[in-house]
Parts: sequence; structure tokens; C-alpha cells
Amino acid sequence: MTAVRASQGPADADHASHLLRQMLRIRRLEEKCVELYSAARIRGFLHVYIGEEAVAAGVLEPLAAEDCVVATYREHGHALLRVSAGAILAEMYGRLEGCCRGRGGSMHLFDAATRFYGGNAIVAGGLPLAVGLALADKMSGRHRVTACFFGEGAVAEGEFHESLNLAALWQLPVLFCCENNLYAMGTALARSESQTDIALKAAGYEIPAWAVDGMDVFAVEEAARRAVDAVRSGGGPHFLELRTYRFRAHSMFDPELYREKAEVARWMERDPIRLLKDSMDAAGQLPAETWETLQADVDAEMAAGVEFAEAGTLEPVEELTRFVYSDRTPGADQAGRAAG
Amino acid sequence: MKTTYREALRAALRDALERDGRVFLMGEDVGRYGGGFAVSLGLLEEFGPERIRDTPLSESGFVGAGIGAALGGMRPVVEIMTVNFSLLALDQIVNNAATLLHMSGGQFNVPLVIRMTTGAGRQLGAQHSHSLEGWYAHIPGLRILTPATLADARGMLWTALEDPDPVLIFEHGSLYNVAGELADDAGPVDIGTAAIRRPGTGVTLITYGGTLPAVLEAADQLAGEGIDAEVIDLRTCGRSTTQPSLAASAGRTGQWWWTRAGAAAASRLR
Ligand SMILES: Cc1ncc(C[n+]2csc(CCOP(=O)(O)OP(=O)(O)O)c2C)c(N)n1
Ligand SMILES: [Mg+2]
Repeated sequence: MTAVRASQGPADADHASHLLRQMLRIRRLEEKCVELYSAARIRGFLHVYIGEEAVAAGVLEPLAAEDCVVATYREHGHALLRVSAGAILAEMYGRLEGCCRGRGGSMHLFDAATRFYGGNAIVAGGLPLAVGLALADKMSGRHRVTACFFGEGAVAEGEFHESLNLAALWQLPVLFCCENNLYAMGTALARSESQTDIALKAAGYEIPAWAVDGMDVFAVEEAARRAVDAVRSGGGPHFLELRTYRFRAHSMFDPELYREKAEVARWMERDPIRLLKDSMDAAGQLPAETWETLQADVDAEMAAGVEFAEAGTLEPVEELTRFVYSDRTPGADQAGRAAG
Repeated sequence: MKTTYREALRAALRDALERDGRVFLMGEDVGRYGGGFAVSLGLLEEFGPERIRDTPLSESGFVGAGIGAALGGMRPVVEIMTVNFSLLALDQIVNNAATLLHMSGGQFNVPLVIRMTTGAGRQLGAQHSHSLEGWYAHIPGLRILTPATLADARGMLWTALEDPDPVLIFEHGSLYNVAGELADDAGPVDIGTAAIRRPGTGVTLITYGGTLPAVLEAADQLAGEGIDAEVIDLRTCGRSTTQPSLAASAGRTGQWWWTRAGAAAASRLR
């Protein structure tokens, strides 16, 4: 893959349009989700990532297929870079064809085949898990990276501190990715942390840490590539604080009483998709028909995903207690197995 | 061979570490210190610091790391010094270990073993004496083992490690020094059923874990009074177990009494 600099100069056109496509896929998937939610086609919790797409797209880009991803309940975007839109949407519909047979839903997307380890709805709950996945890799002599995403709200949790300390103490191959969108539900960072410089906290654990413009997909990708390379070559855990913003409400139940519309509007001027599109336009890398085709492709992908989900089936009631425990009958066909 | 409950647990750990390269022990003071209750004494020297892994005081962190390592193909044995401290890891135990298989639609089972000391009776004060295995037994997705005998101390660990799901082993603190005979070829035991520790016909006494020795003593006393008590050791707590011997025993004796450490008194069930 082409080495990409931060956004000062034009990047390789194919690579730029690949990143543009990835971000647009995430955006359109979630716009679809909101629409389907409003139409009561999908239920439960729904936390969208709109505005933060450059983070998932930029960080997952330099990861190898065998690298693990651990994410939060705001993980549709990360999942889409590994799992098909159809399997994700079917999961939200609670259908058997979903990536977790409809058991997980929006907040618990998992996929063993692509090493996607969720989908954790306990703030900071995924960090210790990521440390353990990395521990297994290190003990087995595998040169893999575990990328662990979490919001800046997680920084106040004990599990954040326990995990950073363990990972640094044991020099484990974890890439910690803090998605700092400035709010934890309605609590602004400055209202919850005595020290708001998050990268500094990580540095306090002797972990190399950078703050990155999370709206600039090239900046994210470059920082992630540097960190992933260092982690993979035995450099121990690394930490990225990705400064971003969520354009939509925290969840579908949030009246957004805690922030000014003007603040949201200001951040929307730095929409990561628009930033990239503008820079490609300026560099003559995105002819109008290419942009049209790209949008049409993505729209078609999401429409097909919805169709797949709509056609899905519900798990039979008799299977309700399956997967509380593993099937112990000899030779039983477990849906998937923990594997190295 | 003459041995103790503690030594039987250690023999089980040694056996598991020798049998399977994926097995490792991790917890607070399991290495240099030799284990808070000296169960792992000497194992660091035998197996080295990678596999006998001292952790910081981070119950949630290292239990979660155990879950992640299990997902990553290892077979971790996590030691939590006492059940009271496991409360700091409840999030990982309940929300992750017990729940991942269900949430992932069967994709991610968690072959993790967590060992911890439980129980009262050693004058350690309220915060080191709870018996919370009954609580844990209410969590779908967990298996709860309560070895009460030398054979179970020696044999339950390997079976637990072969289980595809998370298993919590509760070692009652008052049992560690119990000494007795253990067969030279003692090895893995079944973990699915209760055991009759003393057959009888007059009354059924049901217990588990650290209370077993006291209940056996009580049965001897009852024998002196002409009552022939049957003593049943549950061996496991909770829903993942079938307990056919209970009903059969009650059918024979006509009445059941149930007791455990931590319960205020014995309760008559029938
Ligand atoms: C341990 C825990 N406490 C509270 C909640 C409820 N909750 C869900 S999301 C959230 C805010 C988290 O904010 P942040 O980590 O910044 O992530 P973001 O939603 O901004 O992506 C809260 C408080 C939870 N899920 N888990
Ligand atoms: Mg946040």
C-alpha cells in the first residue's frame, strides 16, 4: 500500500478514493440505520458514529487481516470494514442471518472469521479483553496487533488504567485507540477529567502516545501505520488519541440538551468525508462521474444489505437456550470456536 | 500417598502445566510469593515467570486479560486471592466471560478457569470471609465447582480446563491444610454430579465445600444416637449440573437437610 502523508499534499488517487469509499460506506450504512430505526424496522439501542468515520477507516487501514479489533457499542463503522453490510443489518434486525444470529444486535457485533471481537457495551469493558488477546499472541509468538477502540469517557474507568498498566508492564502488542469526541453521553470531557490531555495520561504509563486530528483520514492513517508497525515489531503498546466529534445524538433517545447547535455546526465544517472530497477535488482526483459512481455503488450495497436483512429469518424459539453454555455433545457443531 | 488439599491443588496445577503448553497461571502473588495461600509455591521455579505470572492488584484487568487470552487460544488459570476481591472483577466475569458465547451467537466460547478462596471460619473478618459461590451460581454461562475432598482438589482442575466455558473453582480456606490419603494415580474427575460421601438410610444431609468435614463429623455423632445419616457432597453449585443422586437419596431416607458455611443454620428441605 502507498505510504500516505498527512493531508498537506495530494495522496495517491486510488488510495484516496479507497478511503473515501470506506468512509462513505460507514456514513450511508448508519444513515440507513437511523432511517430504519425511525421506521421501527430495528429496535433497541442504536449509537451512530456519523462524523467519526475517519477514525475507523484510518486505523483499520494498516491492520492486517489477522490483527484483532475490539470495539464499543458505537462499532457499526469498524464492523463494516470487516463484516458485510448485510450481516450487520440482519443482526440489527435480530435475524438468524446476522453476524451473531441476531443475539447481539447493534451494540454486540462479533465476527470470529475476521477477528472482530465486539461490540462491548460496558464502557471500558473491552480494554482488558484486548490486553488478553495481545497476551495470547505474545505468548504464542504471533506477530499480531490488537486494536482496541474506546471513547474518552472510558478514561475515567478503572479498567482503562488497569489495562494500560498491564499492557505496558508486559509490553503487549495492543494499539489503544481513544476516540475522543469530547462527550460521554452528556458529560463533556472537561466536566469529568482533572487532566483532559488523554495522550498525556497514556504517556504516564510509559506508553508512546500521540494526539491525532481524527477528522483527517490521512493523518489518522499515517499515525496508525506508524503505531501498528511499532507494535508489530515488538515495541509494546502504543496509544492514539483521535480527536473527533459525533455529529448526531449519543443514541436514539438523546435530546442533546448538553451542547449548542452552533458547536455541532462548527465541527460539521470539518466533516471528514467532505474534507477528503474537497482535497481530492482540489487535486483533480475526483471527476464528477467518479463521485457519482462511488455514491451509487455504496447506495446499492446498502440497499442490498437491507434487502438481505428484511428477507432474514428469526431464530426458532426452541433455540432460545442455546449458547448459554457450549454444546457438550461429542462432535457437536458449535457455530464457532475460540481459536488461536 | 499422604497429601494435603493444598498439595493436591498444586499437583493438579503442575499436571495441567505439564500436559498443555497453552495453560498458564496468573494472579496476585502466585509467583515469587508462592500464592496467597501457598497453593502455587514452587511453581515459578519449575515453570518460569511467563507461565506463573504475577499480576498487579488489578482484578478486573487480569481477569479480563484471562478472558482475552482464552479467546486467543490459551487456557489460562486465573487465581483471585479471595472471593471478596473477585467483586472487583465482576464486570469481566459476568458481562464478558459468562455472556460472550450468547452475545456472539455461539462464535466465542471462553475456556477460562478462575480459582479463588472462599468461606469463613478462620477469624479473618467480614471482608475476607464471604461465601459467594451461591451468588455466582445464579449467573447463566458460568460453571461453579466446590472441591471438598483431596480427590476433587486433585481432579477438578483438568476437567475444568477441558470445559469450553468459564469455570469458577471455589477453594474453601479451611480445607487447605486437610491431610489424608490420595490414590497415587489420582487424576481428572467428572464435574457433573453430586457424590454420596457417607451412605445412610435415616436422613439425608446435603452440603458442599468447606462444610463437608463438619457434616461428616455430625453424621458420626448422629450414628452414636442411632440415626444413620447419608451425606451428599454437591461438588458443584448451580444450573449447569444434574444432581440425580439427591432425589434418589431423599427417596431412601425420607428427609433432607441442607447446610453450608455462610448459611445461618441448616435448613430442612423436606
Ligand atoms: C460502565 C458503564 N457505565 C455507564 C454506561 C452508560 N453509557 C453508555 S455510553 C456512555 C458514554 C460513554 O462515552 P464515551 O466513552 O466517550 O464513548 P462515546 O459514546 O462518546 O463514543 C455511558 C455513560 C455504560 N454503558 N457502561
Ligand atoms: Mg465520547
